[in-house]
Amino acid sequence: MRLVLKRQDDLLKKVEEISGENVFACYQCGKCSAGCPMSTEMDLLPNQVIRLLQLGANEQLLDCRTIWLCASCFTCTARCPKGVSLTRLMEGVRLVLLRTTKEDQVSPKEMEKEFLPQVALISALRKFTT
Amino acid sequence: MEIAYFPGCTLKTTARALETSALAVAKTLGIAIKELPSWTCCGTCYSLAEDDLIKQVAPIRTLARTANLGYSILTTLCSVCYNTLAQANLFVKAVPTRLEKINAFMEEEANYAGNVEVKHFLTLLQELGAEKVSEAVKRPLSGLKVACYYGCLLLRPQNVAIDDPEQPSILENIMKSIGAEPVFFPYQVECCGSYHTAVKPEIVARRAHLILENAIENGADIVVTSCPLCSFNLKERQKDIKRLYPGFKGLPVFYFTEVMAEAFGITKILKGI
Amino acid sequence: MRIGVFICHCGKNIAGVVDVKELVERASKLKDVVYATDYVYLCSEPGQKEIQEKIEELELTHVVIAACSPKMHATTFARAVKGVGLNPYLLEIANIREHCSWVHHDKPEIATEKAFRLIKAAVAKVRLAEPLEPIKVPLTRKVLVIGGGIAGIRTALDIANGGFEVYLVERTPSLGGHMAQLSETFPTLDCSACILTPLMVEAAHHKNIHVITYAEVKNIKGIIGNFKVTIEKKPRYVIPEKCTGCGDCMDVCPVIVPNEFDQGLGARKAIYVPFPQAVPLVYTLDLENCLNTQKLVVCEQCYKACGPRAINYLMEPQEIEIEVGAVVIATGFDLLPIENLKEYGGGKYPDVVTGLEFERLLSASGPTGGVVRRPSDGKIPKRVVFIQCAGSRDPEHGCPYCSKICCMYTAKQALLYKHVVPDGEAYVFFIDVRAAGKRYEEFVQRVMGEERIVYLRGKVSKVFQREDKLVVWGADTISGMAVEIEADMVVLAPAVVPSKGTADLAKLLKVSVDEFGFLSEVHPKLRPVESVSPGVYLAGAAQAPKDISETAAQASAAASKVLSLLSQKEATLEPIVAHVDKELCIGCGLCWKACPFKAITMVREEKREGKKRRRYAKVEEAVCQGCGVCMAICEKKAINVAGFTYDQLSAQVKALLEDE
Repeated sequence: MRLVLKRQDDLLKKVEEISGENVFACYQCGKCSAGCPMSTEMDLLPNQVIRLLQLGANEQLLDCRTIWLCASCFTCTARCPKGVSLTRLMEGVRLVLLRTTKEDQVSPKEMEKEFLPQVALISALRKFTT
Repeated sequence: MEIAYFPGCTLKTTARALETSALAVAKTLGIAIKELPSWTCCGTCYSLAEDDLIKQVAPIRTLARTANLGYSILTTLCSVCYNTLAQANLFVKAVPTRLEKINAFMEEEANYAGNVEVKHFLTLLQELGAEKVSEAVKRPLSGLKVACYYGCLLLRPQNVAIDDPEQPSILENIMKSIGAEPVFFPYQVECCGSYHTAVKPEIVARRAHLILENAIENGADIVVTSCPLCSFNLKERQKDIKRLYPGFKGLPVFYFTEVMAEAFGITKILKGI
Repeated sequence: MRIGVFICHCGKNIAGVVDVKELVERASKLKDVVYATDYVYLCSEPGQKEIQEKIEELELTHVVIAACSPKMHATTFARAVKGVGLNPYLLEIANIREHCSWVHHDKPEIATEKAFRLIKAAVAKVRLAEPLEPIKVPLTRKVLVIGGGIAGIRTALDIANGGFEVYLVERTPSLGGHMAQLSETFPTLDCSACILTPLMVEAAHHKNIHVITYAEVKNIKGIIGNFKVTIEKKPRYVIPEKCTGCGDCMDVCPVIVPNEFDQGLGARKAIYVPFPQAVPLVYTLDLENCLNTQKLVVCEQCYKACGPRAINYLMEPQEIEIEVGAVVIATGFDLLPIENLKEYGGGKYPDVVTGLEFERLLSASGPTGGVVRRPSDGKIPKRVVFIQCAGSRDPEHGCPYCSKICCMYTAKQALLYKHVVPDGEAYVFFIDVRAAGKRYEEFVQRVMGEERIVYLRGKVSKVFQREDKLVVWGADTISGMAVEIEADMVVLAPAVVPSKGTADLAKLLKVSVDEFGFLSEVHPKLRPVESVSPGVYLAGAAQAPKDISETAAQASAAASKVLSLLSQKEATLEPIVAHVDKELCIGCGLCWKACPFKAITMVREEKREGKKRRRYAKVEEAVCQGCGVCMAICEKKAINVAGFTYDQLSAQVKALLEDE
């Protein structure tokens, strides 16, 4: 594993613009990862998502499952000592992907298997589709 | 003073029990809430993008209509609606140009000036006071051990929190005032998996299992919640939990208003618990 | 009038932005300027020499130096011009670095114009300057030290050893402060009490030190050289001169309350000494918890038990007035209340404790006799989690700063824990280990390497109870994993905050505090122990978080500052004080009301033949701080601060604003 570092901040800039957050305000204490309810399901820890943004490791970041597992529960945001909203940054990364690839992460068909409350359907469509 | 009430989509379908019981509770306690005559989707799930104002139109439209009818407070029962409306309200109030743009876009509505306060029904009960609630109790739920589940959206992010985000007590206080006994429940602020229920039900089942087991190990007879989505995940996903964890015994889940209605002598649904 | 203008490059700091040559050219054309030049570093030895030579050679009468902030080098340049006989108040400094080149580095042209205007304004001001002489006031050769912890004790001893009288005032019943509560100290593992108590005793027995415990400073008036201090001694209800410290009273006292000295983990009686080595060893009756009240005596057990009849239920608070020439503030620190750390269950779970509480549990003289037992059930914890930065480096909890002592004391506590519970496990959560001190890093390496204590790089997000365990959810960012630890006990290292009452004391002494309430020094690097209020010095953690060795060093530094003040015959004050023009003053009293230092009195003229005696304002020069409030409020321009007169300031502003 070796990452060649070079300035590659197009993704970073877009994510910061969408989220209104400063990625470099994060000092990588890991408190977000320590409390994330979804961390057991994730391939990258939440703090690593920010780390890859800081490093400009865009490919590794855009490939991860983590951003699609974030449930926008705001636990990380509520406890971040630096007041960084990782919840917003996650949304920023998701939106960059959705907007650029135009690929939905879920189709209404997949959600037809059982009877679901509307609030679940609408929220999922909002978060996972373009 | 009459307060406007925004039900939201799910309260008219899977979460009917929340609305019916809450309206009965409000009536008993003399809290004057009235459903908005016309309303749309609250705009859930709250958009976290700064650059996508269109996502704020639905909640702001609702707030504009509320203001236009002369109301200054809008209440909700669904935690998700509460969070969306409250966050959208703060978001547009923070930067005047956001509100201007949305007002210009909703040309068929009267302009919204940011003058509606969004309050969850729990806050209304808190303001009424535990004593008033106690006075209405006909059948105290003595001995009933209740795990009060808040989930995420009533408490986070902090700027819309209805209570302390780490050690809340608003639900516990209400349960105490109707004679029930809230149990220690540290998972009460842990996320249930939310909308992932629509795409990754197994993850949600695992989350719900952890939460329910924590309630069980602390001696709870039932779990109460205010969120139709949490309720679905904690209640309906129990069959998936049983498939994943055959030893899981199950635990009844209710809306807090259902339990209140029971104590007020309106319904009888807790038999055998 | 012959004005010389000297413009400093400050290397590239100024010259890299503003066009220094252009400044020289334009400045030399200003009225009364006979000479203008530039130099690479005016503050350097040759730079100062250049100024001195030109003053002599060209017979300059006034000097303007355009350089860095006067906060930086005003005294340097004043000394230089004084060296060749020029009154230093005929020198004006134009700040073209902090106020210009640093803030406008991206706009060199505008910066040059601004720098010129600043110089022009300084020239306009200095043209109206008058020579001034320092004010001399008599000096009281006694010192007040507030706070009886290690900072106050060290300061008091150093000053007393220098031959001057010291009043050492402590709020609690005993000297010692937080250091007395600690078990061992890092990195040497010296027993804290063993190295502290001899100093406490030395202070108490020193012929030059008056130890006044269980007392608080109520009021302070006056200025450097002459402070009048009111100290309130709280009633001990025990006559110190009679008390032998035998403890018979304590034995019979029926009331048991938590002992503050043990952070509430141990108990004391209502009549008590906080710890056995207390100095003075005099008992204190805490009336708040005693069965008796001020009016009603229902229990006389202690009174009856006391052989020397030292107990007096009718004792009243006592006020003492003292006069001192200098004050040292050494009021120390508190810890951020852990109730603020709700995600860690602070205040909710008894086995989530602070570092200071853990010190008491480790201490051989602590409530558990040095056996580490957890507060909830007295069991010996077999798995302990230490959480550093609990509120520190955490702007969301109001403490963005590093508390400095936690990395080291946590390492020490983990080591001591392993020594007393050899089969126990200790885990330390940290963000960065900051061990920059003599033998500090080596100590931490020993804790990691030899004691094999697991350090996890990451913060904890949540602590909650499961049965009789505390579940800790943390992160180890090195392995990239979220972790869960089922611990028996959790030790937090809460942020260090100024001790209670610091803000009030600062107000009383007109000492400024920073945004977190720590006392501000005049210059963070070059004058770290002097407060902005002349004659008031700082020692210890009241100024910023610091450990014992650093505190002792600062305390000695404060003492040396005091000694150099007291070794003079008189105190010297800046002559920048207000003067009243009796002819213009109409005696309205506006300035008298406005003066925040109560330096102005309204007086009447001596009798004049056949004329009415006029009322006018009079300034007490030794009290005046030269703030200028009087000058701003006076409708007749009758009161002026020397060096900053109305005419000078208006000439300065005009010069700034007018285009050439």
